Amino acid sequence: MLEIRNLHVAIEDGSKKILNGLNLTIRDGEVAAIMGPNGSGKSTLSYVIAGKDDYEVLDGEILLDGKNLLEMEPDERAAAGVFLAFQYPLEIPGVATMTFLKAALNAQRKGRGEDELTTPDFMRRVKAGAEKLGIPQDMLKRGLNVGFSGGEKKRMEILQMALLEPSIGILDETDSGLDIDALKIVSEGVNALRSAKRSFLVITHYQRLLNYIVPDTVHVMSKGQIVRTGGKELALELEANGYADYVTNAAA
Amino acid sequence: MSNITPLKTEAEQALIAQGATVASDRKEAFARFLEHGLPHRRVEAYHYTDLRALLKSAPPPAKAGGKITTTSPLADIDAHVLTVVDGRYDASLSGALPKGASVSASSALADDGSNEKGLLSADPVIALNAAFSDSVLDITIAAKAEIEKPILIRLVTTGAHASYPRVRLNVGDHAKAFIVESHEGAAAGSLIDSVLELRMGDHVTFDHLRLNLVDHAATVLTTFGGAMGKESLYRGHNFVVGGSLSRHQIFFRFEGEQSKAEISSACLLNAKQHADTTLVVDHAVPECQSREFFAHVLDHESTGVFQGKIIVRPGAQQTDGKMMSRAIVLEDGATMNNKPELEIFADDVACGHGATVGALDEDLLFYLRARGLPKAEAEALMLQAFVGEALEKIEHDAIRDTLEAHTEQWLKARSA
Ligand SMILES: Nc1ncnc2c1ncn2[C@@H]1O[C@H](COP(=O)(O)OP(=O)(O)OP(=O)(O)O)[C@@H](O)[C@H]1O
Ligand SMILES: [Mg+2]
Repeated sequence: MLEIRNLHVAIEDGSKKILNGLNLTIRDGEVAAIMGPNGSGKSTLSYVIAGKDDYEVLDGEILLDGKNLLEMEPDERAAAGVFLAFQYPLEIPGVATMTFLKAALNAQRKGRGEDELTTPDFMRRVKAGAEKLGIPQDMLKRGLNVGFSGGEKKRMEILQMALLEPSIGILDETDSGLDIDALKIVSEGVNALRSAKRSFLVITHYQRLLNYIVPDTVHVMSKGQIVRTGGKELALELEANGYADYVTNAAA
Repeated sequence: MSNITPLKTEAEQALIAQGATVASDRKEAFARFLEHGLPHRRVEAYHYTDLRALLKSAPPPAKAGGKITTTSPLADIDAHVLTVVDGRYDASLSGALPKGASVSASSALADDGSNEKGLLSADPVIALNAAFSDSVLDITIAAKAEIEKPILIRLVTTGAHASYPRVRLNVGDHAKAFIVESHEGAAAGSLIDSVLELRMGDHVTFDHLRLNLVDHAATVLTTFGGAMGKESLYRGHNFVVGGSLSRHQIFFRFEGEQSKAEISSACLLNAKQHADTTLVVDHAVPECQSREFFAHVLDHESTGVFQGKIIVRPGAQQTDGKMMSRAIVLEDGATMNNKPELEIFADDVACGHGATVGALDEDLLFYLRARGLPKAEAEALMLQAFVGEALEKIEHDAIRDTLEAHTEQWLKARSA
């Protein structure tokens, strides 16, 4: 279970406040969607959960299964079960995708007190995962994300999530940049990972993704707060009416 | 008029005392050194590496009979090994060269940098080598010879003394060879002043790897002078991890048209190491291409210096020269000095240079850490990739693997 209580966050130099007393609870097995206007703080929330240090947490707490995430390094959070699929996955030239995947997988297993994977075991997992997501083998030989198309990068994020088996997967606009077929493939990939123990936080601007990854709850974020919570029908309502209601209300 | 003699440093005084004993045919070379003494920061080429200030002492030249106690980092590589102990060729520790290659040692007088037709340049470090070097190793690769395996020249310094190796390589037309110049051994207080001269004919393919893997407390001054004929390819690689104070000088000249030279370097420095590379690439003829790529990783309070100059002589049209220096500075106390220069006297050329100095990219580090890699491991992965860009230019798989493993060890030691 992920519990976020009264979270206040500013950018590191304190010049700008982004999250203003945000509250959100995601139960085990729950898929929660967050929608909200550009600049409302969705990506910031995902970065703060994952531990990026560009932000200063002024108040509040984030607990994953009762553990205080804010006291942990980013890699410790990953080992504890946090996975963030980035809105803009980064290119790392010179680091072969396979080398990276192996290092990540083994580091995390180590963090969890598990043995390193043997190379054949590792290869088998990657191959199987890549196949499901329609990622060609030769992409795995290239530098991490280097020269990948927008959609390819997003698939690569989901492959990493599948391999790392987090307890909470945060998808920040994973649907952006995906063509219609890829959207289906990626959604199937995510759905295959759904389980009673694993929860998801899905950030999106488009209701369409939520037809494929059907959420249990939908939250509206505006000006750094959750201003409304509902079921999957809320997404349809937003699609029809936009955010006008929330943008004006939330300032109060 | 002033009759004040400049104050000599301790190292200079020691060198002067040692100079009294040089053979008569070397007095002239020694006089060239004495003319200016150790170079200091007001000498442009030594601005960032003030030898007067940095060289605390000058140990006496090594006596014969030093014993090698270290194994070569390339011991597992299948190569023709030649061994130079404390500057002197040791046939008993050297293998025979294959057909087409030959080796001989003599006490011939070597260029002190004053020969205008030579490969070197007027420079006190070169003059000092010429004065004290009493063994010149001449290696010849005959025309058309293709030497399959690398020729590994181990230049081992066995203790806290000075060694002055001098190697001269002559590569005939249409020949192909790979030389590894491996500086090894040494100790705290050692001084290595080494010069390698390389003359290549036409249609040559030549690979040259220089390793500085000496003791971290030694001083290593190395010079490479190279010239090549037409339609040839030279690939030079440098891998520097050793020495508390090191300076490598490269004087490279194109003498024939349509040749190409690629010079790359990976330099890993920590503690208070100071490493300087000063490079002059001279496009004396038209239609040649040069590529220089220098990568520095600087930890702790180390200092890196890259001075690179591309000269395009009048008439050397269609010269294509590109020089790049990249440095990653890991700690606030570390420093990188870049001084790229272009001296262009022809109008139809494509030349450029670039230099970057910076920390590891925070966003990339976060991305890796968000995937579970601890900080040190994430940094090591990025640094390995950074150094890999220089190492990947080495064509010999086994040697490249060895240097990659060496880099990995260096990075591991960093986080240990
Ligand atoms: N490191 C930063 N430095 C300065 N401003 C920042 C930083 N990170 C976020 N912001 C600002 O905080 C606000 C929230 O940004 P954030 O990226 O979280 O929004 P978002 O809800 O994800 O928007 P979008 O829907 O466009 O992705 C924006 O105004 C953004 O410019
Ligand atoms: Mg965003």
